[in-house]
Amino acid sequence: MNPVVQVKDLETTFFLKSGPFRAVNKISYEINQGETLGIVGESGCGKSVTSFSLMRLIEKPGKVTGGEFTLNGKSILGLDERQMEDVRGGKMAMIFQEPMTALNPVLTIGYQMDEQIKKHLKLSPKDSRDRAIEMLQLVGIPSAAERYESYPHQLSGGMRQRAMIAMALSCNPEFLIADEPTTALDVTIQAQILELFQSIQEKMKMSVQFITHDLGVISEVSDRTLVMYGGQMCETGNTQDILNSPRHPYTAALIQSRPKMGQRVNRLKTIEGVVPAPHEFPKGCPFANRCGRVQPECWTTKPRLTTVTGYDKRAVACFNPL
Amino acid sequence: MINFILRRIVQTMIVIVILSYVCFGLMSLMPGDPVELMISANPKITAADVARLRSFYGLDQPVYKRYFNWVSDIATGDLGYSRTYRIPVEEMMGPALGYTFILSITTLLFSFAVAVPLGIISALRPNSRIDYTINLFNFAGISMPSFWLGLVLIIIFAVKLKWLPASGFQTTGMEYDTYWDEFVDKGKYLILPVLSLSIQSIGRFSRFTRSSMLEAMRNDFIRTARAKGLARNVVVWKHGFRNALIPLITIAALSLSSVFSGALITETLFAYPGAGRLIYSSIMGNDYNVAMVSFLISVSMVLIMNLMADLLYGVVDPRVSYK
Repeated sequence: MNPVVQVKDLETTFFLKSGPFRAVNKISYEINQGETLGIVGESGCGKSVTSFSLMRLIEKPGKVTGGEFTLNGKSILGLDERQMEDVRGGKMAMIFQEPMTALNPVLTIGYQMDEQIKKHLKLSPKDSRDRAIEMLQLVGIPSAAERYESYPHQLSGGMRQRAMIAMALSCNPEFLIADEPTTALDVTIQAQILELFQSIQEKMKMSVQFITHDLGVISEVSDRTLVMYGGQMCETGNTQDILNSPRHPYTAALIQSRPKMGQRVNRLKTIEGVVPAPHEFPKGCPFANRCGRVQPECWTTKPRLTTVTGYDKRAVACFNPL
Repeated sequence: MINFILRRIVQTMIVIVILSYVCFGLMSLMPGDPVELMISANPKITAADVARLRSFYGLDQPVYKRYFNWVSDIATGDLGYSRTYRIPVEEMMGPALGYTFILSITTLLFSFAVAVPLGIISALRPNSRIDYTINLFNFAGISMPSFWLGLVLIIIFAVKLKWLPASGFQTTGMEYDTYWDEFVDKGKYLILPVLSLSIQSIGRFSRFTRSSMLEAMRNDFIRTARAKGLARNVVVWKHGFRNALIPLITIAALSLSSVFSGALITETLFAYPGAGRLIYSSIMGNDYNVAMVSFLISVSMVLIMNLMADLLYGVVDPRVSYK
């Protein structure tokens, strides 16, 4: 069976006044039906830009400058704006980070759901209302019919994120992009939302791209993981393999920065240095200036993603892997 | 909701009473009084006559007593009469206010009809050539004095091209067979004054629309709406403009409050029989009754329109609740 999502050598460039900046640099991955790919990396590593590139929602001065993206064999990057409108929210949906601001404050939850349902499923007003309420129930919103009439500010953060999920799932997407859907929520709500996520995915059998900077969340939800830094892929493979035996020094450093259960330390470990400004990344490996295992060639040549033997679908881009 | 409106109306009444007393006091502080104007034309008048006239008009009484008398007259519907023109205030001001209202409301509607689309166009393409062009026009409009523009318009359209009348409000001695004829004839006289008054407000409103629309389009929910696959114009109007409307309502309501105040210079320039000139001359000529009624109208309009704006917020923004 072919993978639902195929991304190959995706490149997104921002044409800034100071010169072009490649925010996403040759990213490739595949997601099978019912599978979840987690994308991890710190702020500014290009994980959100990757998602927006796939949705074709990159605004000027940014532009997708290369690569391919096919959804069930259909090429998406070549579609015109009208065809793209049919894909967005239909076959492919997105959940955003901030449920506080991602919903329009002056329109009811119901109205905002109906808009999408009418557009893609071509239902009558009454049927789309039924569909919206059904979806609200599915995501566990109590008294869904009442909430349908509510405005976003009348719901709590967790409920709003549930509504957001209901909205994204309302037109049976084949591919769902979740851009840090739990980051803005507190931990108990986070756990509920993650659980909801998994149960729905099991029911609806869609492919999910789950973006987060939280390794705990990744280990919870994703089958496979892609680690990004500076717009490039560091490492990819099964989530458990990556968490148990990281190969890329960046992945290893990320894992070491986490607090460990039952261990009290005065200071958490951090990765030395800071992410460079857009135009100050090393010419070779973007992580070279912060890496403990840096080699002379890391500064001059970009490491290529190479398969790691002994694992299922595992690859790392490093000259001196662990 | 009802509670809120009632409370606001009571508040508004109190503010009107306080402000009218302040206005009344200010009027009486102005140098000279009506009697001085009367006697200046009559050299034979004696000091005893002056005292008699002062007490006859009640001008020898303290301000608060005069204010109280004035209020009780107003309350019974008696607005008094103009000392300068010697006719009842309502007879004199009624038609002028009507003309001013027509001129201002046309100006306002026209300005909004032009400014809002211009503002939206420039907000949707910020820093593009069309944005800069509109901006240039806006600043030119804001900087141009309306009397100068009025003169230029008269020279071009009335004197050189002879397309439109230079002044007045209708063709003299004209009898109208139908309402349509009347509308067309009076409309012709409105075009130039409306144009010269609008240019400035178009500039202001359009800048304002641009900034609130830009801000609205920068919201996260605009991206959500796009991610749902909605067409661009749905995103712009339903999601963007709907939110940009909230700040626009304030400026619209505040502009509406000046529809009875008149535009002194433009009305004079076009010999338009509006209230601007009347109000000005009443204040200069110590015509208390006329000036006080104009004050009352201006103050009440500002307060009423503020109340309207507050109520409208509740209509466009569900987050506003009246408690």
